[in-house]
Amino acid sequence: MRKLKEFIIEKLILICGLASIFFVVLIFLFLLKEGLAVFKIVSPFKFIFGKSWYPISEPAQLGILPLILGSLLVTFGAAIISIPIGVGCAIYIAEIAPLKIKETLKAGVELLAAIPSVVLGFVGMVTLVPLVKNVFHLPTGLTALSGSIMLAFMAMPTIVSIAEDALYSVPKTYREGALALGATHWQTIWRVMLPAASSGILAAIMLGIGRVIGETMAVMMITGNAAVIPKSIFAPVRTLTATIAAEMGEAVVGSEHYFALFAIGIVLFISSFAINVTADLFLHKRQ
Amino acid sequence: MKNPYRTQNIAFFFLLLATLLIVIPVGLVVVVIIQKGLPAINWQFLSDMPRQGMRAGGIFPAIVGTFYLVTGAILFALPIGLLAAVYLSEYARDNLLTRVIKLAIVNLAGVPSVVYGLFGLALFVIFLKFGASIIAGSLTLGIMILPVIITTSREALESVPQSFREVSLSLGASKWQTIRHIVLPNAIPGILTGTILGLGRAAGETAPILFTVAAFYLPRLPKSIFDQAMALPYHLYVISTQVPNVDEKIRYATAFVLLALVLFMNLVAIIIRTKFRKRKKW
Repeated sequence: MRKLKEFIIEKLILICGLASIFFVVLIFLFLLKEGLAVFKIVSPFKFIFGKSWYPISEPAQLGILPLILGSLLVTFGAAIISIPIGVGCAIYIAEIAPLKIKETLKAGVELLAAIPSVVLGFVGMVTLVPLVKNVFHLPTGLTALSGSIMLAFMAMPTIVSIAEDALYSVPKTYREGALALGATHWQTIWRVMLPAASSGILAAIMLGIGRVIGETMAVMMITGNAAVIPKSIFAPVRTLTATIAAEMGEAVVGSEHYFALFAIGIVLFISSFAINVTADLFLHKRQ
Repeated sequence: MKNPYRTQNIAFFFLLLATLLIVIPVGLVVVVIIQKGLPAINWQFLSDMPRQGMRAGGIFPAIVGTFYLVTGAILFALPIGLLAAVYLSEYARDNLLTRVIKLAIVNLAGVPSVVYGLFGLALFVIFLKFGASIIAGSLTLGIMILPVIITTSREALESVPQSFREVSLSLGASKWQTIRHIVLPNAIPGILTGTILGLGRAAGETAPILFTVAAFYLPRLPKSIFDQAMALPYHLYVISTQVPNVDEKIRYATAFVLLALVLFMNLVAIIIRTKFRKRKKW
């Protein structure tokens, strides 16, 4: 009797162990199921490189290039801001900060990761948006730039914590060796620690960027949501994620528009999959 | 030749600057929300229905809705996540299957939240015909927080010393008895931490509930799990972007309640973690 019970429990454990694979596959299958139908109406090439997104006009124009460019522009801006600051902060926490301050700083970064994106979006709306508008004398502060700044803050916790882990796991002997040879603390960091931790830091940056591409609410609230090909970083843009979030509520189930939004979901799923697998390879290389 | 110590001072200054550029804005966000939100909080705001198209009254149904969603998500994710962690920590060998499972967890954690929303809509709302309902939203959120729970629980299980298991097995206990009576009890604080972090994440997410449960304006409490519900994060989104002329005070107060809820959970998780680390004897 006991053996039977344990047999059942162990099988249950195995099934739950496989649950993650099951759910990833399930998500992908359901995106395909609902999204692939759009390619009966437009070719995949036209869908990705089509220059106009007018999903409810007659006939519907389903080109997501403006949205892809919107996502890329905002992500690029966020990367430029968050990579130096994030990696710098990781170095400071891992290498320089005194032990007592270290824990406080880490808690501060964790705090940032914990703030819900809709709260950050709200704060961005009432503080950052007017600031950008006034500083650059723009007609509206709801721009790609505001989105980039906001998203940079959402990427930083990921970058800081993974890069800090990478620096932390460099063997102590490396640092001691360099210091013993008469290198200054900074020379040790720059010439020894950073190269040794480079693949982990690269993974940190990639995962940070992955977070940015997938972020939805904050970006929808402060980028202005104009589904046109962005002309500059000071113009309103709309990202892939924001398009889904903003339009799915109105899309009729089974319509072209509905299929197209799911097809955008496929694009997002594949990008995040590619980013995560690559980052994982980098992290694995280190060990 | 350049003085290496001067270079060092300059470099360290910039690193400190980078750190402050992160920490100070975070502090400001929290301070601003507390400063403007806290004065608008009173019992009536917390316990009343929204009125006049959300321009007055309270946020009670949104609080209740979030409570239901988070409870449902954890009821779904905790058993599966915990058993998955047990599998990875106690049963999995170092082979291809384990590698694929780990990769799947990483990917599950990386799927954009709005894609979870699409998935929940396609599977729970439409395919399984739950409609936009608390159960559809809870299950969507549950799958989303699964990676958090698996990862933290697994760390907790793996930090139980190997010798504990060996002693138990050598006393004649079976593998499951060892897990059930030795490994799990010693890992409870870590599992609890992961669960609470998962709760916090589920409470704050908006995109996954947009199409699966969230009601724009529903000034009554949900009657069953197949009912739509309001939720705090979606409510904040609605009153700050979709409804014109909402009193600033109501927006800040809603943001405050949501932020306080999420930060409170994180704080509890951190406290459990530090207490446990101090008490740990191995």
